[in-house]
Amino acid sequence: MSFRKLSLGLAAATMLAGTAVPAFAQDSIYVPLFTYRTGAFAGSGTYIADGMHDYLEMLNQRDGGIGGVKLVLEECETGYDTKKGVECYESVKGKNPVLVNPWSTGITLPLIPRASVDKIPILSMAYGLSASARGDIFPWVFNPPSTYWDGLSMIIRYIGEKEGGLEKLKGKKIGFIHLDAAFGKEPIPLLQELAKDIGFEVALYPVAAQDMQNQSSQWLSARRDRPDYMIMWGWGSMNGAAVKEAVRSGYPMDKFYSVWWPSEDDARAGGAGAKGFKMLNWHAVGTNFPALQDIQKHVVDKGLSKSPKDKVGDLLYNRGVYNSLLIAEAIATAQKITGKKAVTGEDVRRGLENIKLDPARLKELGLEGFTEQLVLSCSDHNGHRPAFMQEWDGAKWVKISDPIEPMTDRVKAQLDAAAKDYAEKNAGWPKRTEPCDKAS
Amino acid sequence: MFYREAGQFKTNYVSDSAIFPLREDRIGIGLIIAAAYALAFLGNDFLLQAVMIPFLIFSLASIGLNILTGYTGLLSLGTGAFMGVGAYACYKLMTAFPDVNVIVWIFVSGFFSAAIGALFGLPSLRIKGFYLAVATLAAQFFLQWCFIRIPWLVNYNVSGALDAPLRTFFGVPIMGPNATPQTRYLLVLTIVILLTWLASNLVHGRIGRMWIAIRDMDLAAELMGIRPLQTKLLAFAVSSYYCGVAGALLVFLWYGGAEYDVFNINQSFFILFMVIIGGLGSLIGSFFGAALIFILPIVLGIVLPAVLSPFGISVGSDTIEHLRFMIVGALIIFFLIVEPHGLARLWQIGKQKLLVWPFPY
Repeated sequence: MSFRKLSLGLAAATMLAGTAVPAFAQDSIYVPLFTYRTGAFAGSGTYIADGMHDYLEMLNQRDGGIGGVKLVLEECETGYDTKKGVECYESVKGKNPVLVNPWSTGITLPLIPRASVDKIPILSMAYGLSASARGDIFPWVFNPPSTYWDGLSMIIRYIGEKEGGLEKLKGKKIGFIHLDAAFGKEPIPLLQELAKDIGFEVALYPVAAQDMQNQSSQWLSARRDRPDYMIMWGWGSMNGAAVKEAVRSGYPMDKFYSVWWPSEDDARAGGAGAKGFKMLNWHAVGTNFPALQDIQKHVVDKGLSKSPKDKVGDLLYNRGVYNSLLIAEAIATAQKITGKKAVTGEDVRRGLENIKLDPARLKELGLEGFTEQLVLSCSDHNGHRPAFMQEWDGAKWVKISDPIEPMTDRVKAQLDAAAKDYAEKNAGWPKRTEPCDKAS
Repeated sequence: MFYREAGQFKTNYVSDSAIFPLREDRIGIGLIIAAAYALAFLGNDFLLQAVMIPFLIFSLASIGLNILTGYTGLLSLGTGAFMGVGAYACYKLMTAFPDVNVIVWIFVSGFFSAAIGALFGLPSLRIKGFYLAVATLAAQFFLQWCFIRIPWLVNYNVSGALDAPLRTFFGVPIMGPNATPQTRYLLVLTIVILLTWLASNLVHGRIGRMWIAIRDMDLAAELMGIRPLQTKLLAFAVSSYYCGVAGALLVFLWYGGAEYDVFNINQSFFILFMVIIGGLGSLIGSFFGAALIFILPIVLGIVLPAVLSPFGISVGSDTIEHLRFMIVGALIIFFLIVEPHGLARLWQIGKQKLLVWPFPY
């Protein structure tokens, strides 16, 4: 009997809690932040969560929000788990979020078809479905500033330049160690195409998600194959383990390149031997910017942040800041276009399409030199921005190159094929009905 | 007081062997089903989409595993993979034959899962207990490997993910982003009720008794003329059928799109915990288990901040997550100490007590 009561009580509580969505005042903008401070990926997720939260909180504290409208921030813990991510999405959907950032490719995929139905734009910053860069097919999905194909072509171009020209890569062997999931496998077709055209050899080393922390067999194979270069596509604990194994197996670290996801902690995992490890990046590290100093002053010093003070300005913290910079800029742009104060998801979609972060605007925001300029448009939801190479000097990341341009023509071919493929496979994929704004 | 056996006479064998011999129970189950259907119109989107649809799907998967582990006594760690087979089979079928109604394919996809399940059930004839668990673990890893490595399974999709195309039923969208949570909930609910009814008839009939005989003592069962090979394989096939249908529902009617990683080993454990907590060898236990393991954390996530905030304690989302883990973990231990046979046994005791209430005997 007690059980019947208990279950009734539980059911009632669920229904009550489900319906009692806090009503927000009209003069606020609800920004949910999907974060993961728990689980296998917390090591990366915590910094990003802090960076995202602190930048927006700083706008609240310093300027009273954006355009005078306060931002209501709410974190939802996903644990990088698709189940919980979808649950988070459902729980925030009713509160009129202006956009969502899933921070996981696995969570992004189920949300992509829903975005246009629920009128909630998705900002998957340099992850998710690369094909969603095509604004004409995915009007509600945004993945700036670069796709993984852009990233790979930049690494190959950089290596080629070091060798003295792309054609010098002929006959070389390039190892590709990647997470064995959609994310890690995405660049492979482009890598193979480049291998065929330039004439280098590719050796693939897939790492299954459950073996991320144990890569001895992959690195043993790498030792046998002796690739001239290693390129890594990993996330979470895979990066740190790879650096450690690379050092242990004596791989020359200055020939080890990674896409933009390793953190300081990952490089530190290799100890002193990790010196020379290189990765792509598109924004600065450190706190030497007025906006970041404002974060310290208005958020961290007031105890409003969960971040330890010395972690502010770390690579992944600033990645979170960059994500929030895009959120804030999208909202500000939406306010400018529509003239409304409290914007909705539909407005922010237009805001994202009209983002124009040029050096002047960055200076205005207190982030001069923080990143390259980014201009999105109706058809281009990515920007395909160049990134630079940075090297681990044993204690911190050092920028070692100018921005490297992606191989746009090749990336575009991949992109168009993938987008067409997606729309074809999903029979009945809606045609874009949202009108384009005139370039302002 | 109102729940009495008195006055209800059984006059034939059929009524004596009925699953619900008491009139009150029959009324109760009718009310629950009616309430479940009413919820489609009363509940909000969050309740339907994030709570009820997954709860029903996990219950169905638990029923599947319960048939194998609870009724036949064969421990399996391959549930996640068998769910995956159903999902991938459903995807291939509905993209290859888009004109056939997708509900047909959901039911048919279970047969693919059943075939794979029976194949991996072959070792069960020779090995038992933990050894069989390891053999099914092999199924889990092998099938998961297939999901990643065979691009044909996802129609050479670049993203490597399954996604639900738009499908309709008499013009109403039931799958894909345009399908409302209501329609998807109604569809899932109907499928789960149908299959639960079928399972109930199976386990209470001749086949179920064969399974139970094998579970309780396979040697004695064999001496009585039950063929172990056929019976065990049948259990694997039926169990995998349920898991396969649950997997197809999971991807296409709940997520709407998923990667191979959804069907990893954690999913298998998740379902196994539901079965153990709910009660081995009990259909209603499968529902209880799914409710405790899946719904309770969601309820805690909503209730905890609401309870703590009036005291001026504001907790972060990560703290809530840690608290959820701790409370659910503690509750699992509590329930297993109070009733090692799971929630279903607790339910049964409660009903028995109610029958004689207010007297203790």
